[in-house]
Amino acid sequence: MRNKYSVFSLIKNALSYHENWQRAWKDPAPKKEYEAVIVGGGGHGLATAYYLAKKHNMNNIAVVEKGWIGGGNTGRNTTIIRSNYLWDASAGLYDHALKIWESLSQELNYNVMFSQRGVMNLAHNLQDVRDLKRRTHANRLNGIDAVYLSAEEVKKFCPIINTSPDIRYPVLGGTLQRRAGTARHDAVAWGYARGADAMGVDIIQNCEVKGIKRNGDSVEGIETTKGFIKTKKVGVVAAGHSSVIANMAGLRLPLESKPLQALVSEPVKPIIDTVVMSNAVHAYVSQSDKGELVIGAGTDDYVSYTQKGSHQIVEGTLNAILELYPIFSRMRMLRQWGGIVDICPDASPILSKTSIKGLYFNCGWGTGGFKATPGSGDLFAHTIANDEPHKLNAAFNLNRFVSGDLVDEHGAAAVAH
Amino acid sequence: MFLINCPYCGERDQQEFKAGGEAHIERPKQPTELSDDEWAEYLFMRKNIKGVQFERWNHAHGCRKWFNMVRDTSNDEIKAIYKMGEKPPSQ
Repeated sequence: MRNKYSVFSLIKNALSYHENWQRAWKDPAPKKEYEAVIVGGGGHGLATAYYLAKKHNMNNIAVVEKGWIGGGNTGRNTTIIRSNYLWDASAGLYDHALKIWESLSQELNYNVMFSQRGVMNLAHNLQDVRDLKRRTHANRLNGIDAVYLSAEEVKKFCPIINTSPDIRYPVLGGTLQRRAGTARHDAVAWGYARGADAMGVDIIQNCEVKGIKRNGDSVEGIETTKGFIKTKKVGVVAAGHSSVIANMAGLRLPLESKPLQALVSEPVKPIIDTVVMSNAVHAYVSQSDKGELVIGAGTDDYVSYTQKGSHQIVEGTLNAILELYPIFSRMRMLRQWGGIVDICPDASPILSKTSIKGLYFNCGWGTGGFKATPGSGDLFAHTIANDEPHKLNAAFNLNRFVSGDLVDEHGAAAVAH
Repeated sequence: MFLINCPYCGERDQQEFKAGGEAHIERPKQPTELSDDEWAEYLFMRKNIKGVQFERWNHAHGCRKWFNMVRDTSNDEIKAIYKMGEKPPSQ
């Protein structure tokens, strides 16, 4: 039985010096066979397992993770959540996720620190202005809250932005989605892990997949560093390493894996109470609850699995940050890191069946997967359980690269990829 | 970030170069006879290898010439560089 987190449990455990908290999830050895196995214990993988158990009564399932849960891109991203995408298919997908975020802490009994502080996207040239206005209209037609702001309104909403017309890329306006915001990345992975574990899901860490066993055109199981696991359904949610797993099954995916960098500053008092993103100069910034500025940089243009990235990418982002926010000129950066993102040619994700029966892929989220975590898990669980996509992820199938029915969110997604 | 030995200009900073993706993807000889599956394979599907991969690079801020590179994508180590049209080195 899982103990509920509440103010009473906090007081009770304080009396025993916090030494008797129940573990949030078990550390089991893999069983011989499962109904389904999820490869990848990040937010998306754990959410998939959670919804498989909760909504589809599949409790004899496991999540295998080569490192520790939430240690990949879940723990490396800049935690921005928004749903202001241009195309109908994307709007449906990302707003589905945003609606789940709004009550996720209550549902999981785990504070994911979801904060609807608003996300602002800046326009720096006339084409940006036209694109952002078009996107605002498209969003509103899809029932997604969006407003277009003039440069003066941008300044009013976030006073530290330099809106002088004399800077290299002046701020001409922007869009604002008030329901958007941020969440605590680790808490999302841990909350889903705790919830899934309570329903009987085995979360197996330090267990790397080494091969996928096929019998003709169907899956029979996976080879791992902890032995062979028999299963008829394998859902791969391996982000930057999706192609590595696909190659094991003899599949090719339309993905390229590239390093994406981010950095945080030393902690300071509250200075920016929203999230500001800028496509043209590629700089986005928010402030964590600890007070650090969280800054997202860009991707390198070459394939690499090194989790490092190039120096000039960070330099370019910081140049833009300094011009837009002169007040940050004396800030010192504490940490910089890279994560490997799997980018699709159309910058939209893949949540799909494959040509191999029982093998499913949830990948291609590229630089912006965190925001979709709950929705992605929910829809991928539906796809695995029913062997058919939900109507919200039907457009995000692998076959779109054959039919040509791409969901082209390059640029339209409000950030450069 | 790493140094790249351009076959025409010598060793330069990676910043001067542009990555051009997977090498040795042959343009279909009879495009009109290709099926949709074959088009998808040619246009979109990539090996995206973690390990030794064959790639095209362009010295965009230098001589602007294209060349091929063999690189280990797990540690960014460059194994070989050879000109366009030359036979790729065997591994």
